[in-house]
Order: sequence, then C-alpha cells, then structure tokens
Amino acid sequence: MLNEGGGPWGGRGGGDNGGGSGGGDGPRNPWSPPPSGGGRPRGPRQGPAALDELLRRSRERLGTGGGSGLPDFGGRPIWLYALAALAILWVLFTSFHSIGAKERGVILRLGRYSGTMDPGINFSLPAPFDRVIKQNIGEIRTVEIGSTAADSENLMLTGDQNIIDLAYSVSWNINDPALFLFQLAEPEETIKEVAESAMRAVVGTVSLNDAIGSGRTGIETQVAQRMQEILNDYRSGVRIQNVAIRQADPPAAVNESFKRVSGAQQQAIRYLNESRAYAQQVTARAQGEAAAFDKVYEEYRLAPDVTRRRMYYETMEEVLSKVDKTIVEAPGVTPYLPLDRLQRARPAQSEGAQP
Amino acid sequence: MNGTLSLRNPVVLAVGLIALLLLAVSTFAVVPETRQGVIVRFGKPIAIVNRYRENGRFGGQGAGLIARLPFVDQIVWLDKRVMDIEMDRQQVLSTDQLRLNVDAYARFRIVDPLRTYVTARDEQQVADRLRPILGSALRNELGKIAFARLLSPERGQIMDNIQAGLNRVARQYGAQIVDVRIKRADLPEGTPLESAFERMRSAREQEALTIDAQGRKQAQIIRAQADADAARTYAASFGKDADFYEFYRAMQSYRQTFLAGQGDTSVVLSPSNDYLREFTGRGR
Repeated sequence: MLNEGGGPWGGRGGGDNGGGSGGGDGPRNPWSPPPSGGGRPRGPRQGPAALDELLRRSRERLGTGGGSGLPDFGGRPIWLYALAALAILWVLFTSFHSIGAKERGVILRLGRYSGTMDPGINFSLPAPFDRVIKQNIGEIRTVEIGSTAADSENLMLTGDQNIIDLAYSVSWNINDPALFLFQLAEPEETIKEVAESAMRAVVGTVSLNDAIGSGRTGIETQVAQRMQEILNDYRSGVRIQNVAIRQADPPAAVNESFKRVSGAQQQAIRYLNESRAYAQQVTARAQGEAAAFDKVYEEYRLAPDVTRRRMYYETMEEVLSKVDKTIVEAPGVTPYLPLDRLQRARPAQSEGAQP
Repeated sequence: MNGTLSLRNPVVLAVGLIALLLLAVSTFAVVPETRQGVIVRFGKPIAIVNRYRENGRFGGQGAGLIARLPFVDQIVWLDKRVMDIEMDRQQVLSTDQLRLNVDAYARFRIVDPLRTYVTARDEQQVADRLRPILGSALRNELGKIAFARLLSPERGQIMDNIQAGLNRVARQYGAQIVDVRIKRADLPEGTPLESAFERMRSAREQEALTIDAQGRKQAQIIRAQADADAARTYAASFGKDADFYEFYRAMQSYRQTFLAGQGDTSVVLSPSNDYLREFTGRGR
C-alpha cells in the first residue's frame, strides 16, 4: 500500500519537473512548504494544474490525502518514514538477540571479539557494527571412527604387536565459543584426527586381551584424557565428554582361532564339571559304605559270633537258593558234573558268540 | 544548492555517495579475529595487523577496524588459526626391517606474517613446503628405532624430535609447528599383514590347546583327590576290625557275584563245606 501510494507521488514529481522546465519555480513547489492553505484550491482554478487535480483525486481515492495542503508535502515524509521504519526494524532485528539456554553468542564488533552473550535477551550494536555468532555449547556432538559393520575394519596395532579391529565414538561439546571460533581452522577435522592419534597411542600400550576384554574402560578414559590434553594445547575450546569403544574385536581373518580359544575354555570347564561330579559320587559312595559298615560293626561287636553266623547263613541262603547245586556226599565218589546242563548252556553261548 | 545543479542532484548525490563509499571501503578494513594481515604499500610490506601473540586474549590483539591509505595500501591476509598439514601415507622401515605404513599430521600456525609473506606468500604455500619435510623427517626418525618401540610410549620422544626438526624449517617461513602426531601406524597390506595374522592365529591355537590341557589336568587332579579321600574314608572305617571287614566284604561279594552276575552258576558243594556242616548231622 505504501509503495502504491509512493508511486503516484514520484510520478507527480517527474511530471512537475517536466512541466516546470521553463522556469525554476516548478520543481521548487514540492520542496518548499506550502505558501498558504489556499494554494491547493487555487490549483484547480488555474488551467495547467489539471494533472494536479487528477493526482489529488487519485490520492483521495487511496485515502492518503487528508487535510487541505498536507498531501503535498506528505510525499516526502512518507518516503522518509518508510526509510526510518526500515531502519528501526533493521536496528531492532540486528541488535536484539535471543540466546537460548544452551547457547552463547559471540559478539564481533567490526571483526573484533568484544564479548560473549549469556542466555536471555541481549543487545548489541546494529548489524554492520556488531555481528553475533550463536554457538550451541550444550549440544553434545559425536564423531564416529570406524564402523561396527562386518565389511569394514579399522585395524590397529596393540602393544603386543597384535591387530585389533576397533570402532569407537567421541562425544564433545564446545567449551569456549570464542576459542572454538578463532583457534582452529577445521575444528571438527582436528577433533577426529586427535581422536585417531590418541586412540592408537593408547591401544599401542595395552595388550590385545586387555583391549578386547577388561581393559576397555581404562582405554576409554585414557583416550579421553589424552585428547583433552592435546586439544587444550591447541586452545581449541572443546571439551571431550567421553570416548566410547563400540567394538573391539580381533580381525575377521583370525576370528576363527579366537573362537577356538573360547571353545577350549568351555571344554576345560566341561572337564572340570565332569570330574567334580565324579568326585562327589566317589566321596558320597565311600561315606555311605563306611557308614553302613560302621553301623553293622557296632552291632557285631555286641555279639560277634552270632552275628557273624547269621550274616553267613543269610548270604548263603540267598546265594545258593538261586544257583544250581550239586552236593557230593560220599567221599571217594567221582563227582559227575551235570553235563546235560553244561551242554544246555554251552550252545546258547557259542551261538551268541558266533555271529 | 542552486537550481541548475538541483536538476542533476540525485545523480550527483549517488555518484558522490558511491565515490565516498569506495573511498571508505579502500580506506577502512575490518580485521577479523581469525586473520592477520600484512599491509603492503607498492609491494613493500609496511605494517602487520592483528599479529598472533602467544596466549594473547581475543579482543585485544588488533582485530577490528583499521585505516590505511586508499588505493595504495594492500592487505595480504594470512590465517591466524591453527592449520593442518596432512601428509601422504609413508612407508617406514624400522631397524629390524619391518615395514609400517604411517599417517601423520602436523599442526602449524603463522606466527610471523611478514616472514611468511616474504618467503611463501600465503599459508597454503607454507603447508606445501613443510609437507615433504615432515615426510622425510618422519622416515628418518622412525627408521632409527625398532618396530616394537614404535608402539611404545617412547614414541613421544620421537615425535618431539620430529617436531623440533620441522620447527627449524617452519621458522624460516614464519610458521610455528604446534604439534606433530602419528595418526595411524599400520602394517602394510599383503605379506606383513598376513604374517601378523598368522602369528596371531598360531598364538591362539596354542592358547586353545593349553587351556584344553590345563582343563584335563585339573579334572584329573580332582578325580585323584576324590579317590584318595574315598580310600581314607574306607580305611578309617574298615580299619577298625580287619577280620570282620574280610568277612563282611566277602558276604557282599558273594551276593554280587552269584546273584547280580551274568550267566548260570553251578555250585558243587562238598559236605565238608561249612554251610553244610549241619546238613550232615551233628554226629560227625
């Protein structure tokens, strides 16, 4: 709407100039304050002001023309107002800064670092003078190195000259936004390289078994510490939150042998279990038999002869009642063995043995 | 403003403004915190702005708005931050003739912009010139030590040597080496890697066999111990009366042999047998 209003006014100015080329009075008219309120009504009375009249009417139709003489100089102020409004908007937009809870704003005054904004509403000089770069210092960023995927390996040498396949991630955040912005040419790349270097240095001091097994936590803390030291050396404004080893495996090429080791461990445990079971069995049996003997012996001691005979007869009774018996009564008689019985038993045995 | 000029007034104004702006732009320059500049007048460096100072605080080192002679003074910008020299992978031969692929990097910064400008023009050139030196320094230093030491913490000392050597060269270009580090040190693909794998494999096989044998040994010891314990228990109990044990055990044995045993049993008994003592009549 403003532009549309401005359009005709600009056009009017041009027309005025064209009309006033004969005399210097023409262009002066829009610039100078109106001589009197009667100026305007005089316009329509004079012939040449027909254009004025047309414009006035169009202006009234647009509703911008209010009082008698106002619209005449109104053209200038509106243009100015627009500019002023733009300027104010500009200043408002570029000098108020809302900094989030996890953010900090680094103020650059004509390129020069002049302070850091804390969370909340902050003010600065408008744009060409102050530039504010927001940095999220609460956000934890993660760099992944190596991959847990089966087809990619990130091999490194351990202290005992073995090779391990490692994948890990480093979490970090910005500690000092100004240092972070001004100190390192490529902060993220730097962090990644420092991580690789630190990890390899630490892994180079531990054995493969430690790296795969119990030493992981130790490695993680050492790497984080080392990285922090290096990055502090660079004054990078970065804080390492943690280093996490996501995978620490022997390389795929030797994985089979490693599995064999754990297989052997299982096997060894199996041997132990079996032998323990046997031990339990043997011990329990010995104790049981000994206890039984003790009981019987206690009774036996009370009446040795009778008990002995009784046990003898009981056993014999039981044994001899189930077996074939031949008693050779008279001395000197050739004891014929019951061959029919033996023969009866023998074919059965040989038949059983033959096939 | 008179009438004739006022006709061209906006044009004059615009031209004047543009001229003024141009003048301002070529007079004033904004020095950012991340850069340092050498002001060059007719090819001759006359001043340095925002020069790097060790442990200097930001905001007080010279960044900001500066003025210079328009159209005469040029500013050559140099990076003020820590930059990176990425080295190509080097194959290093240790004293024990083992090969190792080494990736290293160095970090540097321009500390003497004037010297950098005179000797190398810009920081990229500095990096280009330092790169081959880093490579050869690395090969030389690492070639003096044994493979095992490459992996050890003593590596720090080697790195310091390399850094010192590199720093001597870097200083000629107005640069300072902040840090030299080995990023990766790997066995080359092919035979060295394969033989390392083979070594690991055989070590594991050995471990597996050892564990197996140890397991068997332990199991055997446990069994023997159990047998010994059982023998002691028996002896403690049966030893109280060896004669009775003889009898008692014989009875058990008869039952076991004749009743639970396999096959038919025929017994030929003589009447003089103890069992048949009464069978023949008391009168004997």
